[in-house]
Amino acid sequence: MTNKATLEERIGQWRQYLRRRQAIHSADVEELEDHLRSQIEALRGAGLDEDEAFLVAVKRLGDLDSVAREFANEYSERLWKQLVGYPESGAPSLTRPRDAAVAVGLAIAAAVAFKIPELFGLRFLKPSADTEFYLRNLGLFVLPFLAVFFALKRGLHRAGWVRLAVPFAAAALLANIFPFKSESHTEVLVAIHLPIALWLAVCYAYAGGRWRLHEKRMNYVRFSGEWFIYYTLIALGGGALTGLTTFIFEAIGLDAERALVGWILPCGALGAVVIAAWLVEHKQSVIENMAPVLTWLFTPLFTALLLVFVAAMIWTGNAIKVDREVLIGFDLLLVVVLGLLLYAVSARDSQAPPGRFDVLQLLLVTSALIVDVLALWAMAVRISEFGFTPNRTAALGLNLLLLANLTWSAVLYARFLAGRVPFARLERWQTAYLPAFAAWAWFVTAFFPVIFNYQ
Amino acid sequence: MNIDKDLVAASATPLVLAILSEGESYGYAIIKRVADLSGGELQWTDGMLYPLLHRLERNGLVEAFWSRSESGRDRKYYRLTRSGAKHLDRHRRQWQVVDRAMRGIWRMAIDPAARLIWPTLTWRGAIP
Repeated sequence: MTNKATLEERIGQWRQYLRRRQAIHSADVEELEDHLRSQIEALRGAGLDEDEAFLVAVKRLGDLDSVAREFANEYSERLWKQLVGYPESGAPSLTRPRDAAVAVGLAIAAAVAFKIPELFGLRFLKPSADTEFYLRNLGLFVLPFLAVFFALKRGLHRAGWVRLAVPFAAAALLANIFPFKSESHTEVLVAIHLPIALWLAVCYAYAGGRWRLHEKRMNYVRFSGEWFIYYTLIALGGGALTGLTTFIFEAIGLDAERALVGWILPCGALGAVVIAAWLVEHKQSVIENMAPVLTWLFTPLFTALLLVFVAAMIWTGNAIKVDREVLIGFDLLLVVVLGLLLYAVSARDSQAPPGRFDVLQLLLVTSALIVDVLALWAMAVRISEFGFTPNRTAALGLNLLLLANLTWSAVLYARFLAGRVPFARLERWQTAYLPAFAAWAWFVTAFFPVIFNYQ
Repeated sequence: MNIDKDLVAASATPLVLAILSEGESYGYAIIKRVADLSGGELQWTDGMLYPLLHRLERNGLVEAFWSRSESGRDRKYYRLTRSGAKHLDRHRRQWQVVDRAMRGIWRMAIDPAARLIWPTLTWRGAIP
């Protein structure tokens, strides 16, 4: 074998070795290889033979483990799927069975927590159901356990546990001290906003206490999206299971409905929250490929829907009819658009140049903004006529919050497409905005009942 | 001479930006330029340059493009962006301050005679 062939073989091995690092992508390997070859050529020119030149060049490039670690620091999102999934080779995997046991244990604990109030006479089932109690406390039955799951998994320090406990204690207090009137709107608002507020509090545990870091927050956004997909899948399976259970027990003349609605459905739904989180952590790479696909599928569809809607409004000259649900409907629309945007942002390689999909994304956001401004206009008229109700105020507040986020996102997107700012700015804007959502959710929970006199 | 790790790390970004301000370049050439500029005293672990370059790219201070090199291989080149140039300017001013302060104290510390001359010299504008 000639020396040249040996050298090529060695570079090939070196490349293979580097490729196994998850944090180093093939383009980076190519770049490093170009460096290695340039170095070898220079050393050869200085009189070293191939062997020596290769060895010196590799040595100068540095310890590959530290280089890979440095890459990993720079590209935490590349390691995202390897954080907890199956390592490619040989890394210790003792934590995995334990994780599973912890997740199942916490899921059962959530189910048990849901049943404890029954002991104190708070019935979940009719007749004489305390539905409001269960609605207000829904998040508290399960999200503390989710937080504990992550706190254990990330090895949260003691001060972190205390800090983590604060929002949950506050939530338990807020959910239960207010003397709500019957059929209270603010009570429903608390029931809706409390889980959201707590979900954002879980971010603290998820980030292992380092929730201020942009990367950690971005990972939490990714996690939330993938958790949602997993949960939906589990819910579909659960639906099929309950349907079949009812059917076969009916066949032998037993009514399984009470057991289903009283026990299996709520306990399963709550336990599945923890299980889905564990699955996201554990089986990262399975879903990771799904989130971008869903985004690519639905972004064009929603864009088309919005554009057709605007066209239809212009064509017919019909204004948006304002009744109770209108603003909530448009809130949901903006939430979906923001969700698609977040999915797209979190799944995107922030280094990639602007592409066609980015143009589409901008179109989606802009058209959603146009539609929303029209809806807001109609709403403003109504509010000036009929005044503020709790529901209308909450919907309006959320709408403005989303509007601000999406407007600036659109501006950043446009500037990114024009090549003026890097994509990372858009990512940072989204993660920097998360506390605003948390603040709003807590504000509604804590102050709306008082402001609107528990109506 | 072994230069302290923190010092190497602190000077890496301005050095790379300054080298790129001379014109577009690629990893290996940047390393060589650093070695030339420091007379071989400033030794980087070559591999560590790349994560740094990628970080600068992500933050929009430099932009990268692939092009065919004279050796026939595909090569990733980097060039300074406008925001990178601004950043470099800020770095330069900061380093000048540090440099001036250091030079002042070195003279005092090393040469007691300079304690007397130094104020006169600066006052006359002989030393910037």
